[in-house]
Amino acid sequence: MIGGGLIYAIAGAILFALGLYGLVVHAHLVRKLIAFNITGSGVFLVLVGLPQRMAGTPPDRVSEALVLTGIVVAVSATAFGLALVRRLYELTGKTRLPNDPRPEP
Amino acid sequence: MSDLPAAPFWMPLLIVIPLAAGSLAFLFGPRSSLGLVAATLVGIWLALIRLILDFNDIGLQLYPIGSWSAPLGIDLRADGLSVVMLGMTATVGSFISLYALGYFAGERVLGGRFWPLWWFLWAALNALFLSADLFNLYVTLELLSLSAVGLVTLSGDRESLAAGLRYLLTALAGSLAYLMGVALLYGAYGTLSLALIAGLTRSEPANALAASLITVGLLLKTALFPLHFWLPPAHGSALPPVSALLSGLVIKASFYMLLRLWFEVFPSALTPVFAQGVGALGAIAVFMGAWLAFHQEKLKMLIAWSTVAQIGYLFLTFPLVAASPADALTAWSGGVYLALSHAVAKAALFLAAGAMLRVTDEDQIERLEGVGRHLPVSLFAFAAAGVSLMGLPPSGGFIAKWLLLDAALSTGQWWWAAVLVLGGLASAAYIFRVLRRCFLAPREHAVFHPVPLIMPIAALSLAGVALALGLAAIFPLRLLEKSAPFVGAAATPPMVVP
Repeated sequence: MIGGGLIYAIAGAILFALGLYGLVVHAHLVRKLIAFNITGSGVFLVLVGLPQRMAGTPPDRVSEALVLTGIVVAVSATAFGLALVRRLYELTGKTRLPNDPRPEP
Repeated sequence: MSDLPAAPFWMPLLIVIPLAAGSLAFLFGPRSSLGLVAATLVGIWLALIRLILDFNDIGLQLYPIGSWSAPLGIDLRADGLSVVMLGMTATVGSFISLYALGYFAGERVLGGRFWPLWWFLWAALNALFLSADLFNLYVTLELLSLSAVGLVTLSGDRESLAAGLRYLLTALAGSLAYLMGVALLYGAYGTLSLALIAGLTRSEPANALAASLITVGLLLKTALFPLHFWLPPAHGSALPPVSALLSGLVIKASFYMLLRLWFEVFPSALTPVFAQGVGALGAIAVFMGAWLAFHQEKLKMLIAWSTVAQIGYLFLTFPLVAASPADALTAWSGGVYLALSHAVAKAALFLAAGAMLRVTDEDQIERLEGVGRHLPVSLFAFAAAGVSLMGLPPSGGFIAKWLLLDAALSTGQWWWAAVLVLGGLASAAYIFRVLRRCFLAPREHAVFHPVPLIMPIAALSLAGVALALGLAAIFPLRLLEKSAPFVGAAATPPMVVP
């Protein structure tokens, strides 16, 4: 029988796709970083949900440990990215990459 | 295998030593550099030599960290491929460290930022080459990318910040695609261990989707055409020792993962169409990279575009291995050896270029006139490393291309042989463009600044290693062959030191 885990996995796959889309289409660097976090959350949902896709499966400790590690990595990467964006803003007054071809909003 | 009383601790030492060095360098700042560099290099080499000797005597090495074995603990694992990649990192890394001592001698602030990040990057590389499971590979790959981005943005100017951010966002997207593939594999098979998954994978949609996500993520990180857009600005705008380690070592990590995963974990998904497709992308990269390298105004951008071209060669390994089992080992060894000799030659090229640019104080190829007279050692290093990139004898690049040519001809794939030969000519074009400038007489009023002696010496020694790889190829090739994936090594159980 299909368990609740599968719903999380499917939601995760949708979030992953949405996040990647956001990462590509947005020019604003903070939006890109938010999109990266949404993508990451999607992966974590799949990582936890997929092993428990059948009803009655006990929670998988290994995948929980993996997600915890993944969250630590994502938080550090986001903090580092934000620090770089702030420095770029101080230097150029812009929150986008200098040679981004997209028109200014 | 139940109890492991005295497993050799050389593998964890290879990770702990640079990690400790990074923390100490961060705590004590630039004061500590000389003694710390010497102690760390000696430590890493001792551990590595012991590991190589043990591997040579006993074979595959396993080490469960803290005696907790997988799946709860983390296993370290070293086979021929890992050992050769560790050796590559140690060789290139040592010369880059010596060079950096000279390069940052007058710039304490920059040096204080460089050393911790560089040691952390080295620790991440060693950990990646020793990883035995898919998730550990992900974590080490992220550590590698974060320290690499930090190194790109070292100088903190507008250009390097923009290049660093572009690199960071690309690297993060690549790792998440990889992690999604890992999540699917874990959901399907319930294990992360490379060795266990290798026995389980079948041709099925979930497996194909996971393999595609992992491959696209890693191709993005290895910067294969058309996913190379982030590489030239990042490698071209960084400081020379950083460019050397990015082009030489960092991109080899994701290439190593591709080799490991495709040939050992899911060889069932290696269809002829996929292999020829990746090879075709590689061939386009070879010619487009060389064309753009030839037309650069700045020396470091020229070398960065040459990296794009050389990455293309690495991917010719895939169609050559996939063609026939009889020639798979030759093609695979050729691919690994090419990665090895490119690491050494490209790092030497960037180090030599760094010394030449320090002398002329401007990153313009036009300004190099007269460098041949003022910095003959660096220029010789540049030329010798160029010989390896072109694939001329006696150099590592020659041996690697010879192995690949051999595989191409004996599997009847003459088109890849043509790419290998013509690509060498294309690299000669951009190398000679630089050499020609350097041999011209200096302009009037040209100012040449002095450089610390260690910089040209380190570049020359590394170029010497690039040539020596052609003369002493037998040792690394034998190590590779010892546990290569195509000689039935996968079937033999791993040996643990009693």
